[in-house]
This record gives sequence, C-alpha cells and structure tokens, in this order.
Amino acid sequence: MNKKLFLYKIFMLTAVAAIIVACNKDIVGRTDNLAALAPSNIDTGAGAWKPVLLTAPTDIFVATPVATNTPEYTAQINEIKSYQANITTAERNLVAYWGAGAVLRWNEILRELVAKHNLPPYQNADGTYPIPSAANPLAYPQFPFSNPPYAARAYAYVSAAQYDALVTAWYYKKQFNRAAPYKKDSSLKVLVPKSDLPSYPSEDAVVEGTAVEMLKLLFPGDQDYIQQRAEEHRRARIISGANVRSDIEAGEALGKAVAQKFAARARADRAGVAVGNPAMWAKLVSDCTARGDTPWQSLESPQRPPMLPVFGKVKAFLFDSLTAVSLRPGPPPAVGSQQMKDETEEIYQMIKKPTQERTAIVHFWADGVATYTPPGHWDAIAAEDFITKNFSEVRWARNMALLNMSLMDASIVCWDTKNYYYNPRPTQLNPAIKTLTGIPNFPSYISGHSTFSGAAAAILGHIIPERAGAYDAMAQEASRSRMYGGLHFRIDCSMGLTVGKNVGNYAIQRALTDGAE
Amino acid sequence: MKYYLTIPLLTTLLIITAPLLSNAQTDMDAIMMEKKQLCIGPMYSHSSWKNYWEGTLKRDNQNLGSVSTAAFAVMGAYGITGKLNVLFNAPYIKTKASAGTLHGMKGIQDFSMYIKWMPLEKELGPGTFSLYTIGGASIPLTNYVADFLPMSIGLHSKTASARLLLDYQVKNIFVTGSATYVARDNMKIDRTSYYDTQLHNTNEVSMPNASNFNFRAGYRSSKLIAEAVVNKWTTLRGFDITRNNMPFPSNKMNATTIGANFKYVVTANHNLSLVGGGNTTVAGRNVGQATTFYGSVFYVLDFTHKTKSVNQPFKTN
Repeated sequence: MNKKLFLYKIFMLTAVAAIIVACNKDIVGRTDNLAALAPSNIDTGAGAWKPVLLTAPTDIFVATPVATNTPEYTAQINEIKSYQANITTAERNLVAYWGAGAVLRWNEILRELVAKHNLPPYQNADGTYPIPSAANPLAYPQFPFSNPPYAARAYAYVSAAQYDALVTAWYYKKQFNRAAPYKKDSSLKVLVPKSDLPSYPSEDAVVEGTAVEMLKLLFPGDQDYIQQRAEEHRRARIISGANVRSDIEAGEALGKAVAQKFAARARADRAGVAVGNPAMWAKLVSDCTARGDTPWQSLESPQRPPMLPVFGKVKAFLFDSLTAVSLRPGPPPAVGSQQMKDETEEIYQMIKKPTQERTAIVHFWADGVATYTPPGHWDAIAAEDFITKNFSEVRWARNMALLNMSLMDASIVCWDTKNYYYNPRPTQLNPAIKTLTGIPNFPSYISGHSTFSGAAAAILGHIIPERAGAYDAMAQEASRSRMYGGLHFRIDCSMGLTVGKNVGNYAIQRALTDGAE
Repeated sequence: MKYYLTIPLLTTLLIITAPLLSNAQTDMDAIMMEKKQLCIGPMYSHSSWKNYWEGTLKRDNQNLGSVSTAAFAVMGAYGITGKLNVLFNAPYIKTKASAGTLHGMKGIQDFSMYIKWMPLEKELGPGTFSLYTIGGASIPLTNYVADFLPMSIGLHSKTASARLLLDYQVKNIFVTGSATYVARDNMKIDRTSYYDTQLHNTNEVSMPNASNFNFRAGYRSSKLIAEAVVNKWTTLRGFDITRNNMPFPSNKMNATTIGANFKYVVTANHNLSLVGGGNTTVAGRNVGQATTFYGSVFYVLDFTHKTKSVNQPFKTN
C-alpha cells in the first residue's frame, strides 16, 4: 500500500480527534461576563416614586449613619483596604459578577431556583399525588413545585419588594447624603464605576436583603445556597470599595424590613390554598357538566389534579378582585360545536407532520418542566434588554416590578379563566394529536403562554418603546408555538394574547403615574 | 488475515430513548475487508424499553409506556488495503412512545465514519494475535431535535473516538477486547437557557466525553460467526435526571449490555451474507433498559481489476 497516503490519513484522523478533544468545553452564558453597571442616570429623585405596598418610605426606619470623621468610619474604610491588599482572583471575579447589577443578579438567581424546583411530584402508590409542604420543604416532594403561577407570583413579590425597598433607600440616601467611601478617602481604590449616588444605605444590600427575606418564604429549602450568594454579594461590594460595612448593614436591614411587609401580604394573598382539595376539583367538573359542556380531563397517567385551580382567586397587584373577574373573557366555543371541531382539526393538521422550523419554535418557547417558566423567559428577555439601557438599580427594580406584577396578574386572570370554563385540550378531543413538548396539566382556554406573553409585550413595549414591535412579534410567536406543539386551540391563543394585553395595560397605567417617567 | 464485515449493530447502546450512538459493531470487531472490496448492506434494528433509570433509580413511566426506536441504516466497509479499512454508516431513526401524548420523532441521524488499521498480526502460541487501532468521527446530518428526550433521535453532538482493539484466535475460537475514548463536542439546543445542576443562560451545552469497553468471544469461520458480546458504555461526567424530571442530552448516561451476534454466509462465492443479533441492557444510569434486535443483509462488491471475481473473498485465520 501507499504508506505515505496511509500515514496522511492517520494524521488527519488524529488531527480531527485532537480538535474535538481540545475544543473548549466551557460554556459561557450571555450574562456571565458583563461590564459593570454604570447608570446613565442615577435617578436622584426616586425616593419620591410611588411604592407598590408601602404608603411611604418613612414606613421603614433607617438609623442615622455614623459620621465619616469618626474612628468607626475610618475602621470601615480600613476594612476595604485590607480586603483589597490581599485580593484573590476569586474575589475579583465576585466583584465583576455582582458589579453587573444587583437586581439583575438576584433575578437570575430566582430564575435558577424556579428552574430547579419546577418539577411535578411523582405519584403515590395509590395513584394520588403528594402535595409539597412549605413546612417540610426538603422532604419529597420538595417545596415548592414552582410551576408557572407559582413562579409568576415569586418573581412579582421579589421584584415589587425590591422596588419598594429601593425607593425607600433612595429616600434615605438623599436624606442622609453620605457619599461613597472613595469620595471620603481618595487613597481608596475602587473596583467598580464611581457614582455620585450617596452610598448609605447600600442599594446592593437593599436588593440582597429583600431577596433573602422573600426567598425564605418562597424557596425555604434553599437557604444555604441563598445565604452563600448573599454573603458573596455583600463582601463583593465592600471589596470593590463601593460601600463600607455600615452601608451594607443598613441596606440589608432596610431590605429585610420591606420584604417582611411583602411576606405578610403573601401569606394572606390566598396562594396558599390555590391547590384546592378533592371536593373543589370534583366541583369544577360538575359545574362544567351542568353547563352542558365537556369538562377538562388530566391526560397524565395516573390522572393528576389540575395545577393550582384556585390560583385565579389570588390577590393581584395591579387591580382588585372584581377587576380580575371582569378581565375574564367570554366562553370558548362549546366542545360539540362546529367551530371546536374545526379548531381541533386545525391543530391535528399542524401536528401531523411538524416541520423542523416549527418544532424549534415549540421548544424555544416551551418553558416546561425544569425551566424558569414563561414568566422567567420574559424576565430573561427583559433583563438582557435592560442591561443595554444602563438603568439605575431603582429603575431596574421598578421596570422588573412592572413586568412581573403584569405576569403574576396575567396568571391570576388566566387561571381564573381556565378553571371557570374548564375546557379540554386538543388531545382530549382527538387523541391522535400528539404533542411536541409536555402537555400542561390544566384546562386549555385560555393559553397561559399567550396571556403571559401578551402582558409582557405590552408593558415592555411601554418601557422600551423602540422594541415594542419586537416584543409583539415575540409574543405572537410564543402564542403560535402552543398551536404548533399541539397544546392549544387557536381561540385559546388569540384570546390569551388579548387578555394578557389588557392586564399589561394596567401596568402601563401604573407606570405613567408612579413618578418615574 | 480476516476480511469482511460482521455484525452491524446500530445501537450498541440505547440511550434513554433512541440509539444515540451509532456504534456500528463493525468498528468493534477484528474483521477486515480485503483490498478494493466494498461490503455494503441495509440494516434494520428495533429496540424498546419500558423501564429506565432515573439517575440510579429504576422506574417505569405510565406517560411513556414503552418507548421504541426503529432504525434503518446503510452500512458499509471498504478495504483500502487488507490492513486498512474505512467503515461508515448513516441511519434513519424513528421513535415512538406507546402511552402518553408525546409526539414521536423521525429523521436521518448522524453520519459515522471509522478508519480501522491493523498494524500488527502475528502467530502467538497456538493461535494468531492481532492488534487494531480505530479512529472514528460522527457528524449530525440534519438539524434534528436533541433536546426532546426520550423522543429525540440522537444527541446532535459531533464526536471523535479512538479505539484500541486486541484479538486472539485459536482455530475457530476467538476473543476480542477493545477500549474506546469518545470525545463529544458541545451542542446547541433550541432554547436560550437550561438547568442541569445550575442555570445556564445560553443555548450551548457541554457534552461529557465517554468511554466504551467491548468484549466478545465465540466461533469464527469462513462460513459462520457466532459470538457473545458484553458492552459497557460510561459517560465520564454529566448529571443525573432528578426525581420525575425529563432527561437531558448531557446526562450521565451509562449502560452495560449483553448480547449475541450471528453471521451466516449464504452463497458459494461468499459475497452474500446474513447478519442478525440482539442485546439487552443489564445495568444502566439515565438510560432506558433497552432490548434490541437487528438484522441485515450484506453484499461484497469487488473493485479489483481481476476479470474473475475472487472465489474466496474472505478467509479466516
């Protein structure tokens, strides 16, 4: 044989193998290596913005800071200097990571916790399903099962609490007007962009303290992880020279105090009973049958009770309970009607031979099991746009709160509608309709994805008007993806978008009057 | 000298759903094609599982029933020389779940190619010892969905593999052992974020590399091959499926299978042969406990310039 040719082939093969082995397997996330947040406007007047739950910043007491000419303050400056003298690579990485923005990072951590816990419990031996217990979060099934309504509510509480806490912080920043440590000691190195914003109380610690306190309620089994991230956050701010310890301690205390008010609201917002009970589940079926329609059935085996059927009664942020009911759309076509037959056939035709392009769209928007849910997806979309806007922390929190209150309230109206009409999924009406992602275990009308997306696109289009068209296109695609996947009828999707938009408009009304625009 | 193709088993390993690694067994045996001979044929395999390992916990799933995978592949081997062969295979795969609502998937999966070299063959004691090195690479042929396990038809990762294979034959009895390292490239999914043991805000997934050990022994003559095979696939990193979660392409998928293969040469001039076999999974992690059967017909085409075709195109030691 031709030995040269042979050796050449072996060489080529080895080279190909080496390239694949050597290729960098490290995965870099889109927000892993961001530049430090340098707000284009520090929003000096944000202490006068309208809070969500507090009546005024003065609801929260913040102590007068120690004077900067005291030995105690000097000791706090020296703490920064001693950290910086022995700074490690890991600490530099912490400073860079947290420097990208406190609201952003805690939103990402919350998305992570939601994805971790978005797992439906496995059935009991008798075919019933266990319900996670907040009192015993680490026992199986772990608490919470952070399904879309649960997640929407979690994002809303954390965001709204952070917003109120930051409004309060801005109020006290202005009142005490204690400048950042590097303004007091010019020999101090500073590892993040300098700011004219007074540093007491620390806005980062406010965000951190709020998150930690809210997450005790929402993710009680993950305290070790949450506390570890919180400690890193506080330390990063001191190492960076942005804050002295008393800035951090006051900020954290302020955040916790505000979060406790939100936690009290959360404990009384009826979410705790949203899972219902067997009598309620039976009544949903009998009410639907009494109306002469065909009730939804779980398509899981064994059949699982509907997901949080009483979530529609949860107390909304943007409107009262009567308004929530008024936002419920009219009924879907009767199951036996020609329109429903046509809609079922339409979905069957779509799902029969799915194209790769449509399958990709289904999976892009699926946000199902073990993901951060559709509200989390919209938070991710928003966050990546907010990053480009260089918002101050208080404006970040305000915009995230507007978005997440819209998403929570959208889930309330959507779940109310779903369980009021209790309408079957396409697959229930035609079992030949197989789905391109997991079939959600709750009634069909109206589509949750569409409602979330309609609400998110509305408020985000208000916050970043030049992206309004893009958000609307995304919402349309997210909505369509549920038909492509065999999960929803067209009427579920179009009505979901409309209802979502109506909910989003309440957030726009709030945005116009909260003092930030 | 050994020529010709045995046992094309597409799915050495049935990952939780599909035959994700098209380990044509041809790259795991001690058989070589003669120079300028092409052995080619269609192969059909059917595999199914009802139980699977969720991490290390064995369970069933009433929302899947049994998951079956049918594969139709064209496989071939060509002798550049008697000591240097090229092998290839490209399967079409179709998956289906017998219960639940999940949509089956189908499509052309990955193209795999191997270069198999026998640098050493010598008489040793009563028999013949031979040593092979096999380098392989695979590349997805279509943009099928990987992130829809267990219905996906593959993992959509480029791979490269390096294998060392040793064979010893005394009369018609042989033993073959091989060890393989499989490097897998990062792959991309259709969503912008995923959670493995932490949240990743990217569509790129780091695929863990894998090792494979294969041991086979049996009878091998010019007319018949019958062998028993043990195969152990180990994913070297990766994470476990958490309780009642869905599988993910970068799970730690391990599987040990046992099986048997047969090859029978039909025609007098040895250019037509029938191949069949099966295997079952005896241990696993994050994979289906699959049982697989396959069958194939192979034909040897001779591209030498001889006017008369070889009347004995293969022989064994």
